[in-house]
Amino acid sequence: MSGPLNRSLAAGMETKARLYVRAALLIVIALLAALPLLNLLVPPGSSLYLPDFAVKLVGKWLCFAILALAIDLVWGYVGILSLGHGAFFALGGYAMGMYLMRAIGDRGVYKNPILPDFMVFLNWKELPWYWWGFDNFLFALAMVVLVPGLLAFVFGWLAFRSRITGVYLSIITQAMTFALMLAFFRNDMGFGGNNGMTDFKDILGFPLNTDATRAGLYWASLLMLVLTFLLCRMVVRSKLGRVLTAVRDAESRVRFLGYSVTNYKLFAFTLSAMIAGVAGALYVPQVGIINPSEFSPAASIEAVIWVAVGGRGSLVGAVLGAFVVNGAKSWLTSYAPEYWLFILGGIFVAVTLFLPRGLIGLLGKKGNGPRVTKPTMANLSAMLGTVPPEPKEQRP
Amino acid sequence: MTKPPNPVLYLDDVTVSFDGFKALNGLSFVVERGELRTIIGPNGAGKTTMMDVITGKTRPDKGTAFFKGVHDLTKLDEESIANLGIGRKFQRPTVFDNHTVFENLELALKADRRAFVTLFAGLAPAQKERIEAVMEQIGLSARARDLAGLLSHGQRQWLEIGMLLMQDPELLLVDEPVAGMTDHETEQTAILLKGIAGQRSVVVVEHDMEFVRALATKVTVLHEGSVLSEGTVDHVQNDAKVIEVYLGR
Repeated sequence: MSGPLNRSLAAGMETKARLYVRAALLIVIALLAALPLLNLLVPPGSSLYLPDFAVKLVGKWLCFAILALAIDLVWGYVGILSLGHGAFFALGGYAMGMYLMRAIGDRGVYKNPILPDFMVFLNWKELPWYWWGFDNFLFALAMVVLVPGLLAFVFGWLAFRSRITGVYLSIITQAMTFALMLAFFRNDMGFGGNNGMTDFKDILGFPLNTDATRAGLYWASLLMLVLTFLLCRMVVRSKLGRVLTAVRDAESRVRFLGYSVTNYKLFAFTLSAMIAGVAGALYVPQVGIINPSEFSPAASIEAVIWVAVGGRGSLVGAVLGAFVVNGAKSWLTSYAPEYWLFILGGIFVAVTLFLPRGLIGLLGKKGNGPRVTKPTMANLSAMLGTVPPEPKEQRP
Repeated sequence: MTKPPNPVLYLDDVTVSFDGFKALNGLSFVVERGELRTIIGPNGAGKTTMMDVITGKTRPDKGTAFFKGVHDLTKLDEESIANLGIGRKFQRPTVFDNHTVFENLELALKADRRAFVTLFAGLAPAQKERIEAVMEQIGLSARARDLAGLLSHGQRQWLEIGMLLMQDPELLLVDEPVAGMTDHETEQTAILLKGIAGQRSVVVVEHDMEFVRALATKVTVLHEGSVLSEGTVDHVQNDAKVIEVYLGR
């Protein structure tokens, strides 16, 4: 057999394919970066003019793509199906929202220079201690990563140490985000209750309702997406990344090799939560509101579907999935809003059964996802990170 | 347990019960340094449970288990025991299917196992040579860049043995290495394991009597969770108690 020759040919084709992918990615990034210029430089009457809402919309997708990367890191590479990543996203968003609330100053309805409107309305006399420091932008930025990171660390430490895996872990992540949603709905929590926080005025002194600030936030999101992508790529291509995928594929083997599976999962889960927090923080000033609905379990599940559609275990796939599903959502909800959830559910079932490697699998790109080819229930259990039961050794 | 040289493995009166059923019942035996030992026994004799106890997967209800006379295996978890130098091969070959042969060995390589260290870890030339030497030893040099999932059953078994070697263990526990292998592969495996013993201690659990004979080592026969007989292959095959357990029913 011409084994070695075939192999070198295949390797050559692979590097070529890799070059194409890289070139395509750079072109897409350049196009995305140029997009707001159509809003800033082109006069509103022109057919090339991009309306304000479109800049905001794509800016939102960029944040969702960052969230998708965070989910792919733990689900695609470590096999942890988190159905509660929306919680980390929302916490990052709330941290940013708190800064934006403090930045309103005395321009609120009640003209109170210290207390946000909803606190004045509730007859609060002073700022709760957990709001201290949020008038400082850098402090708020630190909280954007530290709060989700700390929650993920504590939650993960308890869960992974007890070796909770598969569906059980998914269910408790879901419970976590649901519990946070209920907590944030309460007025006496001090986060604005079910109305959340809104009516933001400016960020770092730049008014939020101008074209330039909108474009600035858009570019900040794009930059963060690129940086997050590079960070995730560095992680998954390192030896640590190979340990993570090994945990996904054969957890007990990794343990018997002497690795602390708990610590590795904790690393990935905490990093992922921090990334999700950054995504939420970029999202809030662009949409202008943060409220407890971001904690809803459905929001977290939807984010998982983006990754499934794009192709888990592939970073490009996760980003692609976030854009495709949200693009379809924006388009379909304006034509047939009542059917969107059915379509979303249908997409998930179809992808699970027929495209276990997602859209990126269609492109023939060799992702690092688990190789499953036939449409079977095994796909579903692979998605859930549950291993089909092994034949038990016979014991009398 | 203080008189030198300490045996590499010392089990005394180990008992494990599952819901009242005693998987191990006062099991005691000793493996010397560099020894190659074969353990046989009918289904349910407690062979796998014994390995679980040694590797920290199962805690015994009673009894002691010492590694090199100083490490109490009943108090340690899987990671620490693996890092002490006990490698385990599972009954079903367990390798990382989505990694190449080379990467599988790289992950098993004895090195700092902490997460933040592996994030920036590279391979030193000496480590690379070591991986290549082990690939040579297990006969998989030509498959270095292939995914482990593409290997044949026998090759996967060898890869897993190779992964144990990468850990540089003093004791290897090998569970049914030739199950499902062709005759030729079985022969190769016997040569491989005999080559490993000497510098390291190897405990092989096996059903296949041909293979046990080929290994030509001291054999321990387990039955109902304790040692039934111990000695050469000929000795145990002619032992009346063994004959009764294997053939008497």
